[in-house]
Amino acid sequence: MQRTPLHEAHLRLGAKMVDFGGWAMPVSYPGGIIDEHRATRGAVGVFDVCHMGEIHFRGPRAAEAVQRLVTNDVSRLGDGRAFYTVACRPSGGIVDDLIVYRISSEHYLTVVNAANLEKDRAWFIEQAAALCDVADASAETGLVAFQGPAAARALQPLTQVALDALPGFGFVADCEITGVRASIARTGYTGEDGFEIFCAARDAERLWNTLIEAAASVGGKPAGLGARDTLRLEARLPLYGNDLDEQTTPLEAGLGWVVKLDGADFIGREPLRAQKAAGVGRKLCGFVMTERGIARHGYPILDADGVERGRVTSGGPAPTLEKNVAMGYLPSHLDLPGTRIFVDCRGKRTSAEIVKGPFYKRGRS
Amino acid sequence: MSAQYPDDLYYTKDHEWARLEERDGQKLATIGVTRFAVEQLGDVTQVDLPKEGETVKRADVFGSVESVKAVSDLFAPLSGKVVKVNSPLADSPEYVNEDPYDEGWMIQLAVSDVKEIDGLLDANAYQAFLREQGE
Repeated sequence: MQRTPLHEAHLRLGAKMVDFGGWAMPVSYPGGIIDEHRATRGAVGVFDVCHMGEIHFRGPRAAEAVQRLVTNDVSRLGDGRAFYTVACRPSGGIVDDLIVYRISSEHYLTVVNAANLEKDRAWFIEQAAALCDVADASAETGLVAFQGPAAARALQPLTQVALDALPGFGFVADCEITGVRASIARTGYTGEDGFEIFCAARDAERLWNTLIEAAASVGGKPAGLGARDTLRLEARLPLYGNDLDEQTTPLEAGLGWVVKLDGADFIGREPLRAQKAAGVGRKLCGFVMTERGIARHGYPILDADGVERGRVTSGGPAPTLEKNVAMGYLPSHLDLPGTRIFVDCRGKRTSAEIVKGPFYKRGRS
Repeated sequence: MSAQYPDDLYYTKDHEWARLEERDGQKLATIGVTRFAVEQLGDVTQVDLPKEGETVKRADVFGSVESVKAVSDLFAPLSGKVVKVNSPLADSPEYVNEDPYDEGWMIQLAVSDVKEIDGLLDANAYQAFLREQGE
């Protein structure tokens, strides 16, 4: 199993380690998932995301190379700005979801899912290496997420970067955090304000310790993959492998907002245009359980007549809402708020209700 | 906080415990899950249990525990009729995490076959089993 540069630090903290796509990762620390979830919603959670992949595109035609691969419009990115997007196969099926950072007009960074790194690297090289240099820097790169409403307040004393001036999806490519060279991006996967901080892998533990201390000063703490999953589920952010895969398109997944069909060409554009024109037949729906029961990945979803219409792709408790929530693909006509559906929870038919938008939305500060 | 594996309980390899007592000549077994099980589960968010009056059979599923991450079956350490259910767990499943051997108990059975007790592990044997499993 692969280990992140923070492996020893997790063991010292008493983390429960699990195999996550071939990586030994902390699922939680001794306080438990719900405690870490609440700490992130209320103050700051610090997450080891060193396992994620970093692939750099460099050269005069780097923008063209990245644009070929992703559905969002690369031309709208300025230096120091990032966006969320997906990369598709020629079929329109999703290869991965990722964040693209424009460091300069000739240097883009993509951050991809750990479990997809090898597949993505092969695909990116196959499709883009003729246009620019494509380099996988995952092994040399450390990445720590610092997420929560108190993130800026806790991080500001450690850096010269004016965090107030950093907008969502903005980043500073070269700065320092108490002596560690880093990049600070205002991105995340929790539904909270926060930062993702890159550094050299060899500096990751020093950065981690600094960030843990900073988090503790505002009531925050380290948080594991378990909380990362409940946080992203509450915010209704999809997880590749559960909610997204090569058999789903971004339009079906509710990611139409990152698909710019009228901009520059990209791989998969034609089938996506056709799907949009014809109407999307199924959609990734969100629903709240209205009876006692937890819908989990793979459970059948039934319509009001008891006919199976899809399967749960992600589900579990939403600790902030104190409800159980889930997502799954259903025929588009069922994707109306208030529609009653049922989930077959291990043989027990449990009612649920379709809702629109994130289950949890942070307040505007 | 109760002991990790109290000496007065019996255990199964499925990580349930049973506390035996006798009342009016009837053997009663109070049943729950062990500290080890709780540590594996993480935060418990829902407990599904049988109703009073139902019968359960040794080694059969009698209920389930939902944690944040997963759902796990509960296996009966002994056969018998359910005489009591810890109904507060419906609203306070966290008792299972906080106090698995007392407030977190799940059901009480009127034991129908006392010979089955011989098949249970004592605290030492259970801990030896955990060590064998590399825990």
